[in-house]
Amino acid sequence: MTQTTVGFITAVLAAAVQAGTPLLYAALGEILTERVGIINLSVEGIMLVGAVSGFLATVATKNLAVGILGAAIAGGIIAAIHAFLSVSLKVNQVVSGLSLSLFATGVSGYLGKPIIGVPAPVSFKPYPIPGLSKIPVLGQMFFKHNLLVYGSYFLVAFLWYFLYKTRPGLHMRSVGESPRTADSLGINVNAVQYAYTIIGGALSGIAGAYLSLAYAPSWIEQMTAGRGWIAIALVIFAVWNPLRAMVGAYLFGGIEALGFRIQVVGATISPIVLKMMPYIFTIAVLIITTARSATYKTEAPQALGVPYERE
Amino acid sequence: MTHETTVTDGRAQTTQGRKFKIRVERRLDTPAWWNILVPVVSIALALLFGAIFLKMTGYSPIKVYAIMFKDTFGTKYGITETLVKASPLLLSAVGVSIAFRMQLWNIGAEGQIYVGALAASWVALTFTGLPAYIMIPAMVLAAALAGGLWAFLGSAPRAIWGVNEIITTLMLNYIAIFCVEYFVYGPWRDPLSFLFPLSPMFPKSAWLPCFGNTRIHLGLVFGVVSALAVGLLLSRTKWGYEIRVIGENPDAARYSGMSISRNIILVMILSGAISGIAGMCEVSGIIHRLQAQVSAGYGYTAIIIAWLAKLHPIGIIIVSLLFGGLLVAGYSVQIYGIPADIATMLQGSLLFFVLGVEALARYRIRIIRSSPKPVQAQQAADDVAREIT
Repeated sequence: MTQTTVGFITAVLAAAVQAGTPLLYAALGEILTERVGIINLSVEGIMLVGAVSGFLATVATKNLAVGILGAAIAGGIIAAIHAFLSVSLKVNQVVSGLSLSLFATGVSGYLGKPIIGVPAPVSFKPYPIPGLSKIPVLGQMFFKHNLLVYGSYFLVAFLWYFLYKTRPGLHMRSVGESPRTADSLGINVNAVQYAYTIIGGALSGIAGAYLSLAYAPSWIEQMTAGRGWIAIALVIFAVWNPLRAMVGAYLFGGIEALGFRIQVVGATISPIVLKMMPYIFTIAVLIITTARSATYKTEAPQALGVPYERE
Repeated sequence: MTHETTVTDGRAQTTQGRKFKIRVERRLDTPAWWNILVPVVSIALALLFGAIFLKMTGYSPIKVYAIMFKDTFGTKYGITETLVKASPLLLSAVGVSIAFRMQLWNIGAEGQIYVGALAASWVALTFTGLPAYIMIPAMVLAAALAGGLWAFLGSAPRAIWGVNEIITTLMLNYIAIFCVEYFVYGPWRDPLSFLFPLSPMFPKSAWLPCFGNTRIHLGLVFGVVSALAVGLLLSRTKWGYEIRVIGENPDAARYSGMSISRNIILVMILSGAISGIAGMCEVSGIIHRLQAQVSAGYGYTAIIIAWLAKLHPIGIIIVSLLFGGLLVAGYSVQIYGIPADIATMLQGSLLFFVLGVEALARYRIRIIRSSPKPVQAQQAADDVAREIT
């Protein structure tokens, strides 16, 4: 391989991690939510609200930490409405999620009107990790990013450990598998479902803030461009496992990044066709995951989307 | 069905010293006036919620609502524009409602609108010499086929492999929008459009007739006809019966020999075809050319309309008019600097308030005297009797 080919591939891989990180945060949030049996389809709307509130909070305080916190709180609030409707009132979760997604999209457009075209006063900058970033290819790919990207590495490791190796992780999974059994073991099913739905929403909110504060530091209407829905597909691809979600997120990010890079290199494919790629890829991956994988059926939380009624 | 019976609390009878006991219990039946009360309370709550939002962002809710109401229902332009906006909403809401009847989540109406518009434009721009009485039906047919094909692409993976159709139909929305972009930025771009992404104007024969000198076009009639036709299909035909059975109890349908996969595909094609016609009406009735934006999220709004109307055809007509009005109202406040997104917010919040109020209406709060009375014994006996039946 020539030097330029290696350079091109490394650049695509690094861009894949950057483009995959918002998908990863949102997918991790949705994994937590679905693991307790709640399906939240408002991820796209929550990401938009997260993006706009994170941006507004940062403009007001010039502090990125406050921005991220604001995005997480805003995402948590929308998810709390979903939790109230699906856990307490036991309404159809698909309808609730869709209506909230539309509502949240409206909220983001409403709140974001005054800040269209305003550049972010501060934004997340790449911070190469000394030593590690010098590793060929891998250093470029994983260790020359901003703090939110590094944060997602820790989050994946933590959530994987939490889900499979700790007692509270076991409890929450049991709520998604069989709420009746969990209830008889003394687990407060409603409280667990509320908690993880809200935490899931907060993570989706952060995913949105990543877009408006790190990936493209500004607010653009509908800037998520379907990433929330791709994240939901990613959860199925990942069979509700945080580690596989990470692989999937970078795969999807890679498709997006490749589209940009091919244009730069000057290939003759229409840019519009390249823009379609992530969506076509999502459908293809979903078909392959669902049709061929036996783990898909065994791993899916058995009580997903089914309201739990105590007798 | 034990969860639908009354929760009897034994302590209510035995506890001494307390005069009253408040008890939350499930209603066994909802009174008929509930069907009026639930929407009214929900609309009031959604408006209140919107008012809080407006107040917090520095606007006077009363003024904003007054402008919205006056500009929509108080002027001839407002009323005709409401009907114009209601047309695509009505068609696509009818389209998605038939899929929802079967518990099929067709979230792809937006994309089906776009490909419908694309196919209709292809007919109009290719066969320019056709007279209107051939041109219009040909455009409708092309749009229906394209919308049906798009819905088929979204539902075939579900029918064959059980793939989640929410995601596939939704992804196809983005792909459809890019398809339209491809044509208006590329092969179909009007050389006279000064680099704007617009196709050339359609020939006059490809324009949907309008009523009088308004912008209200034949699409409104298509919408009402499709709502009534789908209503009849569901209530009066064998196929409609199958659709309802599969939607309510797929296992029973399977045991009685109904093919679920076949129905998934057929229902989705019909659903997509109706939304496709909505796209045709937008390009043929309003813009008279193809442009990058065909629909302002009508396909998503349609989902809310269908659910608010409880998938009932007449309900869908009424809610579509209401939502058409809300869209016009949203645009009308823009000149005062208020984002038009207030309309989307109100629409989205309306559905979750309806969901919430409806769920709450399933319960009632009763205050019961704790001293045992013969009446109460009779009540308890009734409850037991209901529980058994």
